[in-house]
Amino acid sequence: MTRILIVAEHDGSKLNPSTAKCVSCARGLDAEGIDIAVFANGGDDIAAQAARIDGVDRVLQIDRRENAAPLAAVLAPQIAALAEKYSHVLGPSTTFGKDVLPRAAALLGVGQVSDIMAIEGPRTFKRPIYAGNAIVTVEAPGDGVLVATVRIASFEAAGEAGAADIEKKTLDVELPAHTRYVELRSDRSDRPDLQTATRVISGGRALGSGENFDILYRLADKLGAAVGASRAAVDAGYVPNDMQVGQTGKIIAPELYIAVGISGAIQHLTGIKDAGTIVAINKDADAPIFEVADIGLVGNLFDIVPELEKLIGDRV
Amino acid sequence: MQKIMVCLKRVVDYNVRIRVRPDGSGVITEGVKMSINPFDEIALEEALRIRERGEAKEVLVVSIGASQTQQQLRTGLAMGADRAILVEESDAVGPLTAARAFLALIEKEKPELVILGKQAIDDDNNQTGQMLAALWDRPQATFASKLELAGNQATVTREVDAGLEVIEFDLPAVVTTDLRLNEPRYVKLPEIMKAKRKPLDMTTLADLGVERAGSLRTLSCEAPTARGKGVMVENAQALVKMLQQRGLLS
Ligand SMILES: Cc1cc2nc3c(=O)[nH]c(=O)nc-3n(C[C@H](O)[C@H](O)[C@H](O)COP(=O)(O)OP(=O)(O)OC[C@H]3O[C@@H](n4cnc5c(N)ncnc54)[C@H](O)[C@@H]3O)c2cc1C
Ligand SMILES: Nc1ncnc2c1ncn2[C@@H]1O[C@H](COP(=O)(O)O)[C@@H](O)[C@H]1O
Repeated sequence: MTRILIVAEHDGSKLNPSTAKCVSCARGLDAEGIDIAVFANGGDDIAAQAARIDGVDRVLQIDRRENAAPLAAVLAPQIAALAEKYSHVLGPSTTFGKDVLPRAAALLGVGQVSDIMAIEGPRTFKRPIYAGNAIVTVEAPGDGVLVATVRIASFEAAGEAGAADIEKKTLDVELPAHTRYVELRSDRSDRPDLQTATRVISGGRALGSGENFDILYRLADKLGAAVGASRAAVDAGYVPNDMQVGQTGKIIAPELYIAVGISGAIQHLTGIKDAGTIVAINKDADAPIFEVADIGLVGNLFDIVPELEKLIGDRV
Repeated sequence: MQKIMVCLKRVVDYNVRIRVRPDGSGVITEGVKMSINPFDEIALEEALRIRERGEAKEVLVVSIGASQTQQQLRTGLAMGADRAILVEESDAVGPLTAARAFLALIEKEKPELVILGKQAIDDDNNQTGQMLAALWDRPQATFASKLELAGNQATVTREVDAGLEVIEFDLPAVVTTDLRLNEPRYVKLPEIMKAKRKPLDMTTLADLGVERAGSLRTLSCEAPTARGKGVMVENAQALVKMLQQRGLLS
């Protein structure tokens, strides 16, 4: 009996697209039932969004004051309490899922499969190791619930024509008070989201300053693209950490990725392996980024980027 | 506080170009440079800074691994840790087993703070700290880029997908490090000599009374599919044209 529980990711009002990607992964498991758990404090809207995802049977809405912020220590015992009716518990391999799911797995006394890329069987999966330099096929032991995170760049989001039932639930679980949420600092912009954009332009150390990133933003605006960065650019303080692409940043799969002044370190490449077309602009013809680029252009970014902006004009 | 425990894993150095064994049984680890997992170096650096600020008395480094892992623990001692414990196991341990072993060490050593890396760059699991916090029933602050202590409370800034999240929690607790928490110091030669005299105790899972958890079985290992050979273009104009040809620009 394959019954899957997916832990929804949301920001208190909107469901994160990573949830619909987990559903796609779950649908690959030939499940008899796919349920989504929405932990929130007033989660009606979020539950309604989850109920629209294709292939979902039930949405469990667990409203509770403590669920207002996504604290692992608070969510994990609730997930563990729900888990006993399921064969699989899945969550996205985002900072949210990575924080919460291993804690739930340990409470259930089981290991976790991190970063599912592909399904080979009910308990057999492909996943990346060594920053994606090797792909292993792993089999989880046959006892107990299987807890896993889903590498969201590997799955398309499921559609939104569903109409699942929503069930409000109260869980009789004691929650710890030892951890308190303070705040989220985020430079919310109206730019496309890095993790879901179809086009992404990233800048590296070569940009030289935060101001110089403006030339990338201008080009990105013309293309409707999201803007990302290498770790070096983030470390240098040119842009905030949530823009980092790579092994320890975001793993993305846009149709078009343009790397500007980025050398192509293996940890950066891990983040863009699944991009449709990779374009590299770098003044050094020997930069490793050209080994993976589909289209390469050697030259000075400070000439090329403004020129591209002019050439592309408004004909996107 | 009295004691900080830091978990150091021995992994293939991050500069090594990983190659998959031709028979698909794993990656080649013979003859390659081994190091402390980079996130764990950051964990140790943070612990040392806390001690140097006078906010902790002792820094204990621990690891689970084969006998050679003593090298990485010695490096940790040379960086400035006071004491080391190796849980000697020649077979790799998964995150749940590692967490059980660390819990057993916690029960003996009673640290107020345990710092781990957010992930080991070999298996990229990103689980052990979270599992340890669950088994210990204590707070966890993962992906830390800033850690502040005040009495028996701590405040951590976490690097999350949406930006920077701040949480506050009571000690004892588990913290896992992200890259921007600090820059680890270099080890100086005299320190390496001094480290030889620092205590490094050996134990085993059996001694600790820890049972191995059922672990993932690796059925095969392959190299990722390589991307096709790309083309070079001469200038911005040619780039735009090529993107149009490929239907990526109208
Ligand atoms: C454990 C670990 C995890 C890591 N995780 C990540 C990660 O998630 N993401 C990540 O990005 N990195 C990560 N790194 C860091 C990574 O190893 C590299 O240091 C980093 O990606 C380099 O950034 P960069 O390419 O911007 O800088 P550099 O390597 O300095 O490259 C700058 C490039 O710009 C080019 N250039 C300079 N001037 C110009 C110009 N005017 N016009 C055109 N080109 C120019 C240069 O030729 C060079 O190729 C990680 C490292 C470690 C150890
Ligand atoms: N065998 C081990 N020895 C020492 N530390 C470990 C071991 N396994 C995991 N860790 C710690 O747990 C962190 C996360 O590892 P992982 O969950 O495997 O990605 C690492 O950065 C280490 O700090």
